[in-house]
Amino acid sequence: MTTSRVIGLVAGREFTTRLRSKSFVISTVLILAVLAAYVVLFTFIGKQSAAKIGLTGQATAMSQPLSAAAAKLGRQVQISTVDNEDDGVQQVRAGKLDVLVEGPLGAPTAVVKSTLDPVFQNVIEQLVRAQAIQAVLAQAQLPPTALNAAQSATVKVSALEPPDPEQGQRIALSLVTGVVLVFSIMAFGTAVAQGVVEEKSSRVVEILLATIRPWQLLAGKIIGIGVVGLIQVAVIAAAGLTLANTTGVFTLPTVAFGTILGALGWYILGFFLYAALLAAAGSLVSRQEELQSAITPISILPTIAFVVGVNLLIPNPTNTISTVLSLFPLFTPTLMPARIALGVAPAWQVVLAVVLMIAAILVVTWLAARIYRNAVLQTGARVRVLDALRAS
Amino acid sequence: MAEGVLEIDRVSKRYGNVQALHQMTFEVHAGELFGFVGSNGAGKTTTMRIALGVLAADAGEVRFDGRPVDLATRRRIGYMPEERGLYPKMKVREQLVYLAQLHGMSAGDARQATDGWVDRLGLTARRDDEVQKLSLGNQQRVQLIAALVHNPAVLVLDEPFSGLDPVAVDVMSEVLREQADRGVPVVFSSHQLELVERLCDRVGIVRSGQMVASGGVAELRESGPVRLVVDTPESDGDWATGLTGVRVVAVDGGRVTVELGEGGDDQQVLAAALKSGPVREFTRLRPTLTELFRNVVTEQGAS
Repeated sequence: MTTSRVIGLVAGREFTTRLRSKSFVISTVLILAVLAAYVVLFTFIGKQSAAKIGLTGQATAMSQPLSAAAAKLGRQVQISTVDNEDDGVQQVRAGKLDVLVEGPLGAPTAVVKSTLDPVFQNVIEQLVRAQAIQAVLAQAQLPPTALNAAQSATVKVSALEPPDPEQGQRIALSLVTGVVLVFSIMAFGTAVAQGVVEEKSSRVVEILLATIRPWQLLAGKIIGIGVVGLIQVAVIAAAGLTLANTTGVFTLPTVAFGTILGALGWYILGFFLYAALLAAAGSLVSRQEELQSAITPISILPTIAFVVGVNLLIPNPTNTISTVLSLFPLFTPTLMPARIALGVAPAWQVVLAVVLMIAAILVVTWLAARIYRNAVLQTGARVRVLDALRAS
Repeated sequence: MAEGVLEIDRVSKRYGNVQALHQMTFEVHAGELFGFVGSNGAGKTTTMRIALGVLAADAGEVRFDGRPVDLATRRRIGYMPEERGLYPKMKVREQLVYLAQLHGMSAGDARQATDGWVDRLGLTARRDDEVQKLSLGNQQRVQLIAALVHNPAVLVLDEPFSGLDPVAVDVMSEVLREQADRGVPVVFSSHQLELVERLCDRVGIVRSGQMVASGGVAELRESGPVRLVVDTPESDGDWATGLTGVRVVAVDGGRVTVELGEGGDDQQVLAAALKSGPVREFTRLRPTLTELFRNVVTEQGAS
């Protein structure tokens, strides 16, 4: 029987068993729900709600200039006229109005529930001052147009590093990609470790190893579970793209598409690296209850990388620490895609990261196969890593 | 060597300071049921694991059909490990088909063989249940099928009878006998010595990693010093003392058990007994396998 047939059989069993399992279906649905919630949330946060301003008495004359000034500042306002002051105060108290402006044009009062948005305070004050200045000018018999000319004086802004209007989207994209990658790599890597312990604790491994070689069993298991994980990541990616396109949250179709396709590649590299490590860790213990403590030192790494990465990358995408960390194979699958999405990873760094990861996968798989082979038949007490590496 | 013979040839294995196997040697012929007995820790499981390649030997060789056993040969061995093991959450049929395929069967053959055995052992109604939902006895049946489903050329079973109810013991015995009759060398270990004695063609007794006695059951029982039981109800049993080459083992009234040593002669014993009065019984005492086992184990332990 050929090696590829053996590995195919093992991988096939893993694939069908996992794909039919409840946990796979549930986790896929759950992630899609979270993703949808995220996009919906993003849509709402993106649109700030309009401030509701009520005007009464003399202040109703402010309606026109007020909405003009707010528009200039990029704030949406909804201006209404209120019959009398008491009614307006009532509405502010009830939360139907954010601000009620009343009183003489020269010295109005703004009634708010607790605080007045400084932007509106500024706008109203400017209107009041302009009114006052106009009155002074009128007394000095200067034409009102002189004031308008004076008021339209502006400052020209010359930006040395113009902001990327898409920065927010890039950050969001890199965050989502990072979360999905951390989750998928860990979830399916842990599934490999659990599978190893399941075979060990149920002792079925002895029957299997009387027929096939340890590395064939390990390879089949990693490939089978890896493909299931790839399917999940692909489903999430497709759903993410569809959501992003239909809701119009993302205006960056090419970047989003590239990042998501890239994520599949990073998933494959990251999964192989972590699955081999986790399988080796799993082979050291004999019971599922002991597994958690054996894999924690490994499984915490992608999360650390992600948390560190986010905290360093978002304020300053080009910092040196995240650049160096993103080239370290264990951190690459979570940090590099984020840097690519942020548009701060030069091509040579991406290529270098991939090369380093492939090298790391080869070394780690060799070590893991050795540990696995020596530890997988030793039941009872937890096997020490050094013993497993040393024994022949 | 002869065709269809499983040979364990001077296999040694050391775990740290413990010499688990020391030049373990025996062979199981085609069509033969070989019973492998010994105390706990004597090295039976280690021997079987080495034969299956699950453990590596420090020295020695396991051969089948005259050739060292390799992975391809191992696929043709049916194995039941001491620690029973199946995927608890896999369905019976699916699991057996999978194992048969791992042993090199095509999917179609695997399904056919599985269904045949499942039917034979009365598990057809449970074949789509998860293994963990089966009773212990039924799980043992599935485990046996796992060892047989790929139509093995050799059977190696570690304690196949442990934990079986009497009906299952009969089924297991029948199946093993049938496999041997098919020309398969069958080796199994057991602590149930009466069963081994009844079932096996040949027996091997291991102690501290070495084969201390092996042979046909009858042959083994004939081996060792000759013991005679002589019933002389009208004497007090004194007649036996002082006979040349005869050692008195036990005297129970007129019933005397003697062991013949060098120069001892059974006819002389009979003559002496007749002189003391009528002889109601004169029997050659053949030890049971249990007694033999006890003798061999304690004898060696004392030396």
